[in-house]
Amino acid sequence: MHHHKYRLIIPFLLPALLLYGAFVLWPYAQAIYVSFTSWRGVSPNKPWVGLDNYERAWNDPRLTDALSRNAQILIVLPLVTIAIALTFAALFTQGSNAIRGAGFYRVVFFFPQVISAVIVGILWSYVYHPNVGLLNGVLGAVGLGSLERAWLGNPTTILWAIVAVAVWSSVGFYMVIYIASMQSIPTSFYEAATLDGANRWTTFKDITFPLIWETLRTTLIYIGIIALDFFVLVQVMTGGGVGSGRRAEVAALYLYNQAFDRSRWGYASAIGVILLVLTLLLSVVIMRLTRRETYEF
Amino acid sequence: MIDDIVQPIAEPVPVKGKLHRITGKLGIGDIAFNGVAQLLLIFWALMVIFPFLWMIMTSFKTDPEILFSPWNLPDTLQWNNFSRAWNEAHIGRYFVNSLIVIIPSLAGTLLVSSMAAYVLARFEFRGRQLLYYLFMAGLMFPVFLALVPLFFLVQDLHMTATYQGLILVYIAYSLPFTIFFLTGFFRTLPTEVAEAALVDGASHFRIFFNIMLPMAAPGLIAMGIFNFLGQWNQFLLPLVLMPDQNKYVLSQGLAFLAIQQGYANDYSALFAAMTITMIPTLLVYVLFQRRLESGLTAGALKG
Repeated sequence: MHHHKYRLIIPFLLPALLLYGAFVLWPYAQAIYVSFTSWRGVSPNKPWVGLDNYERAWNDPRLTDALSRNAQILIVLPLVTIAIALTFAALFTQGSNAIRGAGFYRVVFFFPQVISAVIVGILWSYVYHPNVGLLNGVLGAVGLGSLERAWLGNPTTILWAIVAVAVWSSVGFYMVIYIASMQSIPTSFYEAATLDGANRWTTFKDITFPLIWETLRTTLIYIGIIALDFFVLVQVMTGGGVGSGRRAEVAALYLYNQAFDRSRWGYASAIGVILLVLTLLLSVVIMRLTRRETYEF
Repeated sequence: MIDDIVQPIAEPVPVKGKLHRITGKLGIGDIAFNGVAQLLLIFWALMVIFPFLWMIMTSFKTDPEILFSPWNLPDTLQWNNFSRAWNEAHIGRYFVNSLIVIIPSLAGTLLVSSMAAYVLARFEFRGRQLLYYLFMAGLMFPVFLALVPLFFLVQDLHMTATYQGLILVYIAYSLPFTIFFLTGFFRTLPTEVAEAALVDGASHFRIFFNIMLPMAAPGLIAMGIFNFLGQWNQFLLPLVLMPDQNKYVLSQGLAFLAIQQGYANDYSALFAAMTITMIPTLLVYVLFQRRLESGLTAGALKG
């Protein structure tokens, strides 16, 4: 194109490459190296210990517990979030005429997604508050007082109370994605189905669902990655996982505590690498499992 | 005035029914469908709105009112909760700190990303694909995996507990998505104006800053809003990189306050602080809702 183009290309790419390389790529690479050392952060040399940290991780019941919570979240969070978001998206797009107030609902549903997870976490820890909380108050008011409890103080409810908040804050986001995807389906498909006498459910099942499949699997991976992270909400809603909050400790929070409270940098990095591998594996597995014929339209 | 700025990138698709019944008449099934739909939607809308309204209402109450009549409206509006939160709980300071970090980091994110995206979108050179995928790889990994080495890197650079450290890291972690979005955006812009300018002897630099950047304004605004929210709400990075309590950013200060106020039982100041923290986000959301939706969902759809 232009023989002087490299005079532009190099200076234009350099700042981005430097920042990205130094602060994003390099730490990831570093983390892998540190995970093979017993570094405690004080001395500059990092004693090489081979696979010791990984062996320790394998035998660490606290990490196993934390990972099993991630696994439970991984099963529940995508299912519930996608089911609700998909239902709402279908309500907006599958009706024979426009839903009244659609614009309003959309703006409202999306809103929690843009609010800081810290605010959402604090707000909900007060919604769940045993005495002054909104949830127990509403339950009492509608005659379900027997269900009232200290949602975040109870070991059986704490994790799911936090997962519910994640669903609450992200449903609108996925709903908007599904609406966009559904609206790209040509109207003629639906007209043909109606002529064939298909009802709403068959139309949804046989036309909408297969045609938004690509979007569904993308969001599935997206939510899966979030389920393996889940740090901020748990950290904020359990006060860093202390006391009864230990019952909601996820792997990322354990990593954080091992690193920044206990200075076990080597071990913490090994947990990070394990999570990274699990994240990549998860993406590959979901891609494989959800592969189907794609429909071009 | 706002309308001038918020020209949507693509015309937003209105939410409306897809399935046009051939008869054009509403049957019983349609009415039932709409009725059930409205019930579900109203229920969820209340689920979303109610906690926020409760939060705002609570921020106007006294502590005894919060504890003993959590359901009633405040007797008198306690505006002093807000001044207490702003001054004594240092939310004012955290607010200013957030601005000190976010203004340069937003400007930096947009400048650095748009330069890289422009080159990636408009020039052929060896390794271009590779570079593009290298940046995109950053979209895949959760930030906390890099936390430990990032902490030490920033320490080695003597930038722990400094604004500039946080600013550089914010920019770096905003690059993948912003470059992804803007590369797509630059590809859609017409080439004729730039080519004509090149023939007229304008330098590549002038073409970029005087022609291409203004043309890319809608994309830059979309990414400005997107990154504003991401960086304003950022919690994990400052938690690790900003241990100096005087320099806490807002979400970090708020989390700190929540733990403190839990002990001090000063709920009213905490709720006022939450309301204050939410206001900028709420404003940005109300003003730029459409633009934001398209920006936030673009990544998920194409990623």
